[in-house]
Amino acid sequence: MSKTVVSVKDVSKKFHIGKLQSNSHDTLGQKLTEMMATPFRRAGQLARGHATGAADLDEDFWALQDINFDIQQGELVGIIGRNGAGKSTLLKILSRITEPTTGSIDIHGRVGSLLEVGTGFHPELTGRENIYLNGAILGMTKNDINRSFDEIVSFSEVEKFLDTPVKHYSSGMTLRLAFAVAAHLEPEVLIVDEVLAVGDARFQRKCINKMEDVGGQGRTVLFVSHNMAAVTRMCKRVILLDGGTVAADGSSQAIVSSYLSSGSGTSSVREFDSTTAPKGDAAILKAVRVRNTEGQITESTNISDPVGVEIEFDVFEEGRVLQPHVILVNDEGVKLFTSVDVDSEWRNKARPKGRYTSTAWIPGNLLTEGMGIVSVAIWALEPSRKLECWYREAVAFQVIDSMDGTNSARGEWAGDFDGVMRPLLKWETEYNSGADVRSEKLA
Amino acid sequence: MSNINTSKSGDVPVIQIKATTGWASLNLKELWEFRELLYFFTWRDIKVRYKQTVLGASWAILQPLFAMVIFSVVFGRLANMPSDGIPYPLFSFAALVPWYFFSNGIGSASNSLVSGSNLLKKVYFPRMALPISAIIGGFVDFILAFSVLLLMMLYYGVMPTANIVWLPFLLVLIFMTSMGVSFWLSSMNVQFRDVRYVVPFFIQAWMFITPVVYPASLIQDEFLKALYALNPMVGVIEGFRWALLGTDTAPGPMIAISFIVSVTLLVTGAFYFRRMEKTFADVV
Repeated sequence: MSKTVVSVKDVSKKFHIGKLQSNSHDTLGQKLTEMMATPFRRAGQLARGHATGAADLDEDFWALQDINFDIQQGELVGIIGRNGAGKSTLLKILSRITEPTTGSIDIHGRVGSLLEVGTGFHPELTGRENIYLNGAILGMTKNDINRSFDEIVSFSEVEKFLDTPVKHYSSGMTLRLAFAVAAHLEPEVLIVDEVLAVGDARFQRKCINKMEDVGGQGRTVLFVSHNMAAVTRMCKRVILLDGGTVAADGSSQAIVSSYLSSGSGTSSVREFDSTTAPKGDAAILKAVRVRNTEGQITESTNISDPVGVEIEFDVFEEGRVLQPHVILVNDEGVKLFTSVDVDSEWRNKARPKGRYTSTAWIPGNLLTEGMGIVSVAIWALEPSRKLECWYREAVAFQVIDSMDGTNSARGEWAGDFDGVMRPLLKWETEYNSGADVRSEKLA
Repeated sequence: MSNINTSKSGDVPVIQIKATTGWASLNLKELWEFRELLYFFTWRDIKVRYKQTVLGASWAILQPLFAMVIFSVVFGRLANMPSDGIPYPLFSFAALVPWYFFSNGIGSASNSLVSGSNLLKKVYFPRMALPISAIIGGFVDFILAFSVLLLMMLYYGVMPTANIVWLPFLLVLIFMTSMGVSFWLSSMNVQFRDVRYVVPFFIQAWMFITPVVYPASLIQDEFLKALYALNPMVGVIEGFRWALLGTDTAPGPMIAISFIVSVTLLVTGAFYFRRMEKTFADVV
C-alpha cells in the first residue's frame, strides 16, 4: 500500500529583486553610492518613457508559483527544468532552508538533503573528523555515525588517508568521502541535487546504484539533475518545472524526451506551421521526424537498430543546389557528429519547386545508450553558399541498450560501458599455430 | 525558521513547512534535539582555531598577557591608575581573562553566520547553533587563560577568597550577555556587512565603559553608578576581582539590574534572530 510522504500544496515563493540587489551584503559605502545614483537612474527611466522609476526598482520575482504535487512512499522522482526554472528554490523549501511565501508542505518522516556534496567539510580537519562533522550537519547522531563508520570509509575508498587533513585530498577523494557520508543517511525522504555533476563515471554509477538501493528500501528520493540519462535511468516519474510552475508531471521517458526537444509536442516529431517555420530565400522547413526501419515514428530505438532522421521541406524558389544537414548532440551537450546529404540523386543538382523528404539513416551499433538531440539545417551551395534555414534541437530520441549482447557491441560484457559512441567494429584476428611461442611463465 | 510541528505519528515525525508571519517561537526543543550538532560545531571551532599557527593554543594565553603588559606600562606605570590595592598587572589580568572570553565570543559569533553562509544555503539546522557554538568554543581559551591567572596569583601571593563559589554565576552572566549581543549582531551582519567593521570599535568602546583598565571605584557619582549597572560586564569584572583577589567590590544589589539587562538582551536577541532567520538563506 502506498502512502503519501510528501504533499506540496499551492507553494509559491517570491523574491524581491530590487531588494536583493540593493539591500543585501551592502556596505554603507555602496548604500551611499546607491542613494546618490538612484535619482539619476529614475530620471533616466522617465526620460526613456518608462512610467515611473519607483515601482520598477522594487520588483518582485516569483521563483515558484502554485506548485502542487504528492509523492508516495518509495518513489524516486526526478525534478528537471532549465536553469532558473525554480528547481533549486523548490529543493531549498523542501529541505527547510528557506520558507515558501505562500502554501504549505507536509512531509511524513525525516528529511535528509544533499544540496551540495561536502557541505560543511572543513579543509583543516582529517577525513575521520570530517565524517563526524559532516554526518552531524546532515542530521546524523554520533551513534548513527559510529554504526556506519566502517561502511562509509569503505564506500569512499579513502581508507589510507583517513587521518590526513582533507585539504590534501584530491577533489575526487573529497567528493567520494562526502557522498559516502550522505549515502549512509537514513532519512525517510532524501533530497539530492546535482551530486553527480562531478566525479568520474565509475563513481557516478556507484552513486546511482546506491540511490536506487535507497529507493528499494521503501525510502523516497527526490533527485534534481541536468543529467537526463541518470534521471531516466533512476526515476520512473519526473516533474518538469518551467518558469516556476509544474509544466509536466508523469513518466520520465516521455517528459525527458519532450523536455529535451524543447517544448511542445512529442520529442520525435516537430511539425512547423507556416508562421513559425524556419524559412530561407528558397526553402522552408515543414517537419522533422524520427523514424524506425519500419517507417514508424519512434521515441526510442534499440542500440543495434538503425534510426532515421527525416527532414521535410518545401522548395518555393527553384534553381538552387540545396544540402540538408543533421547534427547530433548527446544529453551532455557533446556534439557527436554532423552529417550532410552527399548521397542522394539531388547532390549538386538545382532543385525544382516541390516538397522534399530527406532521411538520414544512423546505423545501428554506432551510438551509445542515452539521449540523442537532433538539430537540422539546409544549406544552399549555389548560386552562393548560404544557410537557408535551420532549427536547433528539433527532435530527440532515446537509444536504449536492451542488454542483449548477441547483436550489439556489448557482447558478453554486462557492466558499465563508457564512451560517447558505441560502434560495432570489425575485428580481424590472425592466428599462426606454427609460431615459436616461448613460455613466459616464471620458472 | 518554518512553522514546524514535529508531531509524532507512529514513529515518523510529521513536518509542516509554511510561511511564518511575524514573530516565530524560539523552538528551544529543536535546538535541544540538535545538541550533538552544537557539540560538533564547537569541537570544530576549537580544533581549527589555532591550526597552522606556530604558537597554537598559546595564543589563548598570549592575547590577554600582551594586553596586560601594555596596560601595566601605560595605565599602571605612566598614568598611575589606582588598582584597589592590588598589583596593577594582576588587577588588569583578572579583568582581561573574563573580558577576552566575552569579546572574542562576540567577535567570532557575530561573524559566524556569514562565514557559515555555505552551510546556511545548503543544509537545514537550527541557525542559532552557529553563534552559540562560536561562544562556547571560546570557553576553552578561557580555561587556559584562567589557569595562567591562578599562576599569577600564586606569584603575587594572592589567595582566592571563598567567594570563588560565585564564579559560575558570573560566567553564566557572561554567556547570557555575549549570546544576547551575538544574536543581534550576527543576524544583522547577514544583511548589513557593515556590522563586521563596527564590531571591533563596538567591543573597544565597551571595554572602556567596563572597569577593565581602571577600578569601578573611580566612578563616584550616584547617577553614573546606576547607569553603570546597565552594563552587565561591570558586575562580572568587579565580581571576578572580588571573588579571586578579595577586593572590596562585591557585586551589590546593582547586579540584579545587570542580570535583568542581560536576560533582556538574550531574549530580545533570540526573538530578533528567529525573526530574521527565515531570510538568512536568501540574503546571505
